[in-house]
Amino acid sequence: MKLKSLIAAASIAALSAGMAYADAHGGKVKVGMITTLSGGGAGLGIDVRDGFMLAAKGNENLELVIEDDQRKPDIAVQLADKLIQSEKVDVLTGIIWSNLAMAVVPAATAQGKFYLSPNAGPSALAGKGCSPLYFNVAWQNDAFNEAAGSWASENDIKKVFLMAPNYPAGQDMIAGFKRTYTGEVVEEVYTKLGQTDYAAEIAQMRASDADTVYFFLPGGMGISFMKQYAGSGVDKNVMGPAFSFDQGILGAIGDAALGVKNTSHWSKDLDNEANVKFVADFQAEFGRLPSLYAAQGYDTALLLQSAMGKADVKDAAAFQAAMEEADFASVRGDFSFAPNHHPIQDIYMREVVKEGDVVTNKVIGVAASAHQDVYGADCKM
Amino acid sequence: MARETLLNIVLFALLPVTALAAFMLDEPFVITLVTKAAILALAGVGLNIALGLGGLVSFGHAAFFGLGGYAMGVLASHAQSYTPIMESPFLIEGTKSMLVIWGVAIVTGGLAALAIGALSLRTTGVYFIMITLAFGQMLYYFAISWPAYGGEDGLSIYIRNEFPGLNTLDPIQFFAIAFGVLAIVLFIASRLAKSPFGLALSAARQNAERVETVGITPFRLRLVAFVISGAITALAGALFADLNRFVSPTMFSWHTSGEIMVFVILGGVGRLFGPVAGAALYILLEHVLGGLSDFWHIYLGLLLLLVVLFARGGLIGTLAGREVAHD
Amino acid sequence: MSLLLLIEQVLNGLQFGVMLFLMAAGLTLIFGVMGLINLAHGSLYMVGAFAAAAVAGFTGSFVLALIAALAAAAAAGALIELLVIRRLYDRDHLDQVLATFALILIFSEGTRYIFGSFPLFLDIPAALSGPILLPGGIYYPLYRLVIIGAGLLVAAGLFLLIARTRIGVQIRAGEADREMIAALGVDISKLYTLVFALGAALAGLAGALVGAIQSVQVGMGEPVLILAFVVIVIGGIGSIKGALVGSILVGLTDTLGGVLLPPLFATFMEPSSANAVGSAVASMAIYILMAGVLLFKPSGLFGGT
Repeated sequence: MKLKSLIAAASIAALSAGMAYADAHGGKVKVGMITTLSGGGAGLGIDVRDGFMLAAKGNENLELVIEDDQRKPDIAVQLADKLIQSEKVDVLTGIIWSNLAMAVVPAATAQGKFYLSPNAGPSALAGKGCSPLYFNVAWQNDAFNEAAGSWASENDIKKVFLMAPNYPAGQDMIAGFKRTYTGEVVEEVYTKLGQTDYAAEIAQMRASDADTVYFFLPGGMGISFMKQYAGSGVDKNVMGPAFSFDQGILGAIGDAALGVKNTSHWSKDLDNEANVKFVADFQAEFGRLPSLYAAQGYDTALLLQSAMGKADVKDAAAFQAAMEEADFASVRGDFSFAPNHHPIQDIYMREVVKEGDVVTNKVIGVAASAHQDVYGADCKM
Repeated sequence: MARETLLNIVLFALLPVTALAAFMLDEPFVITLVTKAAILALAGVGLNIALGLGGLVSFGHAAFFGLGGYAMGVLASHAQSYTPIMESPFLIEGTKSMLVIWGVAIVTGGLAALAIGALSLRTTGVYFIMITLAFGQMLYYFAISWPAYGGEDGLSIYIRNEFPGLNTLDPIQFFAIAFGVLAIVLFIASRLAKSPFGLALSAARQNAERVETVGITPFRLRLVAFVISGAITALAGALFADLNRFVSPTMFSWHTSGEIMVFVILGGVGRLFGPVAGAALYILLEHVLGGLSDFWHIYLGLLLLLVVLFARGGLIGTLAGREVAHD
Repeated sequence: MSLLLLIEQVLNGLQFGVMLFLMAAGLTLIFGVMGLINLAHGSLYMVGAFAAAAVAGFTGSFVLALIAALAAAAAAGALIELLVIRRLYDRDHLDQVLATFALILIFSEGTRYIFGSFPLFLDIPAALSGPILLPGGIYYPLYRLVIIGAGLLVAAGLFLLIARTRIGVQIRAGEADREMIAALGVDISKLYTLVFALGAALAGLAGALVGAIQSVQVGMGEPVLILAFVVIVIGGIGSIKGALVGSILVGLTDTLGGVLLPPLFATFMEPSSANAVGSAVASMAIYILMAGVLLFKPSGLFGGT
């Protein structure tokens, strides 16, 4: 019995020994990545990680520690503590979900660590809660929806039916769409988070006189809805932000998604040099088509390395200034930071098409050029 | 019996010894882990009063854990933003004082347990398991869709709440607080088990009719046990929220109920220090296995299965022999 | 709301309920005969859906996919019964809950290990896609009608199996008195494996049928599992009739609650908050229903004592 306790104590001690790293890394940057690698939603985290590693490949000055948050906020907070306190990282990145970002980012920046968001952009962090050390390399949550709203207004869409899950991100997305949309909102429906059957909502759509359905349903919810919608025979136009029509998800929806319009800051057919290289390299390295999450992970690593070339991370002010320049060739084309450290970028309208046997997206136009979020006005830094 | 006492002492000492060792080696994260183990053990001690002593298999203790967490979240967020919680009919302000927050958490958890218990204890067996689960799910969905306190995003509290005379942001000092609470509650739980109330409760678990014939109503005994159990778990929830400086509806999810139950069973049902052993083992596994493979849940599942099938009485039962400790 | 829309929503509730019945029937059978709480029932649902998606992807045939789902789920069920479950029959509920909770972890991560982290593709066959026109001018998806039909057929089959066949007699005898039927020379362990595999196959069938119109992904069984438990608790554990009535009640409450509650709240609240509160209450509706039923009938609508 004593022996067993000793073993337990020894293994805790072994655990600590494994974590004891020296702090000295001259000119080097140690990056802690907290992302979702197991359980539900792991596909997104894996893509961010793979995109990041692809861009950082061969850079010996960049040391990467990767941790799995299991999509649980309390685990993410503890991992952030671990990376900051034990691993003594300089930069944190990787979080996929808004609620996890809200749990981790304010505390991390308060402790003087840089945080680069490769996904998720809750409004609080773009406005009142902004920080000089926080950079969003993806988008503010409202961006795709505001772009969709203005595109719909310009393209003669008169009546829309809005649908999103009943939680803060869902409510934000709908608010974002309504902010720029000038037509009539016929109905606004909030579904249960994690809902899998949308028969009731589809019946409401059929009964309404809307000409377009606009929805935000991330992950499995979007797959379920699209399959059921396609089988229902309701023939209204469908629009949404890119999350429900990303490459990883389109494969599971299949032909049911064809013709759907969705807004995104990136698409694999964007014709710029950086993107062509990225898409080819990613396929060569991992044997699958990249998703927008992979593109964001890739850009995050490019941004970080561009700043590393200009300043030492120990000099926070200089490093911050170097990041603000955003001097890298983004796979999205033009990319710069607004004063609140959120992107100024074009948001494209894409359409789901079939290329051979593969269901994928094609850019059909720009929905909002040089888009910038509205929360920056509240940001005092 | 003596063997188990010795084991309990060793186990109990293991937490502060590990924390102190980590403190000397300057490994603050290990202290955080040990603190987490102590707080989850506290939640388990709460559940164990209903489960081990009262035989009430509650699959909804996440409800109380979450309520405690939100008691902390709501009070501290109002203190953080300097807005009152309500102004009429009388003014209630937020607070950053841990002691006040604990009080509110205990009362909230106790009252919720009174309401849930009064309804659920009319049923028995599987029905009881499932109705407690249902109440937990109700609160879960409520917390997700109620927008005032962050909904599914949860609430971030940027600075840990205050405890007189201590710097709570220092990991070792916060550990001392959590461990102190655990020690006090363990002491209370051990007295409770030996008190006339605890003995009657045990008797009602073993044979309800016999207890009734001597004029005691098992329903009342069980309700009181359920309330105490809920209040302790809520206290653990408040501490857990303070550890993470964050609350979210995941605290209410049925997985949380399952995990608290796992701590109790891993350690040994009805054994005073069972939850302490179970929670410590669980945290250790999570970090050792989690480092080995992305698919570590498979190994965790296999291990749990082996414990249930072959190591009845949990860790303590296996190490200390088979006799049940609390009688 | 128009009457037609209301009728369509009732059909939707019915379809959801019938689907739940396939899950709940297996759960309640297993509980009734063996006295076992099986949290891993949702995993068998997931196994069915993944097997169907894999076979449909390989052969392109939906019929083969359904057969594969039935076979895979039944095989997985029989396997865990032989390896794990049979050691749990004479344990208390607590041990059963924990052991089957462990099985969920193993199944979920094991499936992710084999099939990867992204959802799989499974579509309804072309012959069943699209809506048809019902009398009264309602367009309703054909596939959902087929699900309702299939579910009711299975329900009828189950009642026949239990009322009219030799196995049914043994099952009923097993529910009434376990020692007695062993004493009568029935091979009880074979019967248990059979019942467990039957329940698993029903869950697998449900997974495949639903997988065609939902997302086939890891963890898809858990929400359904919780709902199925709500169903059997409302209906009375062990009762197939209770499972049927409970399924339909839960299906209708969930569907109609989501549709009717927000407008109901809007009659006395301002629209935006009525929508939020209405949706919040709707998402709790079935749990409120369950608590309500248990308050008046502590062992469910059709439960024994």
